[in-house]
Amino acid sequence: MLRKEVSEVAERRITYREAIAEAIKEEMARDERVFLMGEDLGKFGGAFGTTRGLYQEFGEERVKDTPISETAIVGFGVGAALVGMRPIVEIMRIDWSTIAMDEIVNHAAKMRYLSGGKPELAMVIKTNAEGGLGLGAQHSQSFESWFVHVPGLKVVMPSGPYDGKGLLKAAIRDPNPVIFIEPTTLLSLSGAVPTEDYVVPLGKAAVKREGKDVTIVAWGTLLPKALNAAQTLAGEGIEVEVIDPRTLRPLDIDTIVASVEKTGRLVVAHQAIKTCGVGAEIVAQVQEMAFDHLDAPIKRVATPDVIIPVNRNLERVVFPQEEEIIAAVKSIL
Amino acid sequence: MQLTKEDLLGMYRRMVAIRIFEMSLPHYFEEGYIVGTGHVSMGEEAVAVGACHALEERDYVMSTHRAHGHVLARGADMKVILAEVFGKATGCTGGKGGSMHVSDFDRNFLGTSAIVGGGITLAGGVGLAIKMRKSDQVCLDFFGDGASNRGTFHEALNLAALWKVPTVFLCTNNQYAMTLPLPKGCANLDISARAAAYNMPGYRIDGTDVIAVYETVKAAVERARKGEGPSLIECVTYRLSPEHSLRVGTVAGTEYRPKGELEEWWEKYDPVKIFRQKLIETGYLTDEAAKQIEAEAQREFDEAVDFAKNSPEPSPETAFEGVYAPEGGK
Repeated sequence: MLRKEVSEVAERRITYREAIAEAIKEEMARDERVFLMGEDLGKFGGAFGTTRGLYQEFGEERVKDTPISETAIVGFGVGAALVGMRPIVEIMRIDWSTIAMDEIVNHAAKMRYLSGGKPELAMVIKTNAEGGLGLGAQHSQSFESWFVHVPGLKVVMPSGPYDGKGLLKAAIRDPNPVIFIEPTTLLSLSGAVPTEDYVVPLGKAAVKREGKDVTIVAWGTLLPKALNAAQTLAGEGIEVEVIDPRTLRPLDIDTIVASVEKTGRLVVAHQAIKTCGVGAEIVAQVQEMAFDHLDAPIKRVATPDVIIPVNRNLERVVFPQEEEIIAAVKSIL
Repeated sequence: MQLTKEDLLGMYRRMVAIRIFEMSLPHYFEEGYIVGTGHVSMGEEAVAVGACHALEERDYVMSTHRAHGHVLARGADMKVILAEVFGKATGCTGGKGGSMHVSDFDRNFLGTSAIVGGGITLAGGVGLAIKMRKSDQVCLDFFGDGASNRGTFHEALNLAALWKVPTVFLCTNNQYAMTLPLPKGCANLDISARAAAYNMPGYRIDGTDVIAVYETVKAAVERARKGEGPSLIECVTYRLSPEHSLRVGTVAGTEYRPKGELEEWWEKYDPVKIFRQKLIETGYLTDEAAKQIEAEAQREFDEAVDFAKNSPEPSPETAFEGVYAPEGGK
């Protein structure tokens, strides 16, 4: 459905990082309660270039450079949201969300519930995850499952410019705290993005490729790899359906289950560590809801229990690659 | 602004009401009306009442796990607060937050964090929102000496001062962080001295003196309202409750305090007694009038107990309500 809309209206192509900056720009223009706060995102435009031009457009009052104080960045955001502002706070790398974990888990997620449901806590915690650029152990991790584990939060991890822009706009308009996760390796990829205002609703998965033999659920860096794997497998007569959940909490399990009911086979692929990754939750839910439709064990393709090394060859070995997805698909056919 | 007789007597009434409320809770904990735990604030009434009296209605307050006195000083309905402490449907969060999460959004009392030091950054953010909206408000943030050792204290005070947000950081130094005495927790016993590190004014005052608290907070509030930024106020007092929490009172002794210390503070530094004496000396209060105030406060509390006891339990489905705000929103 959404792919069709894109092909009809959007001819313009921009990068994922440009799509993010554009989403913020449009929402800041639309709602004066929205502002941006974080490290090096003003004149510099963000460590990953996702806020370029915003400082020049809106000035330092609404595009606020902070000291290196992740605790205060998120805590100030929670406080401002509690009295009706709509902050977008940035944690440059999800690896450092650890420093603001109390503010995210015990405050952003809970202040509404602990206040008898009276205040809204509309805020976006924008961050950057995954690896593949040789950034090493403390700059390459994927902690999405930590936040999926917390009721009160929503977690979005879009895998391209169109979904990124539409989901960020939806996240900014949502009255709840949303963790918005950008996959590092995808920010330079270009894609069709309409110039007209649109949102991609939270909690809706997208079928990125249709197929009848095997379902692959993948997001982030692993989504393009899954699509490439599907292309390769098509050459061998294997038709793979690829689903991007896009939002991990709330998870659109119905779309995944509907696909599994059709294919009878499932592979879940993500770059986060395999143990207790979101893939484990998807596998559990699918077997609860669609056990009778499964014709084979469900496979997970993910990073094994290891620290992420810098060296290119070592990094490539620990992160899941296209060939592992292909092997996983073939192992259950 | 000079405090009038009416102001002073009103402040005294609030202090007595808070004292009776807090002194009564251990009994209701033992009787099973309060589940989990709770934190009472005997010895801190002058801080709560003096500070809240320095605020305007439009101002915000952020507090801690030990917040009954703060929310009552702000003017919250004692019935609603006690019902929350009892976990009833009529409480301010319908029994979900309990003693550690009292709030009153009608009075801009934004609730609490029960993570020690958790509220300090939030209060800075409330100040930031005020500044961005240019709304002529301030935010008063209560926290304790224990919280002053959290990283949140450093990050929040630095950023608040850097951005000159209108937040007043008020540290109630009751000299114990749970069981840890101040000298075992703070390398510098003068917490207010840290203000210098953030280029903001720091005040260290007698937290048993309600007028000193009022005047100091008032000055800090005025400074914040003028756009000159935050202040740090350390109110030195003593935790007169025998224990850190109602629950700890049931499982541990008070051996961590030197023998006789608690009794000495009750004798010499009880803020309610000190203020009563001052009002009597000033001629604003007689023994008889003081007794009447106590009787009125006791009646207010007894009515709150009746209300809380007779209030319904929250219905089970409410446990699942309020986790997310519905889309669309404000």
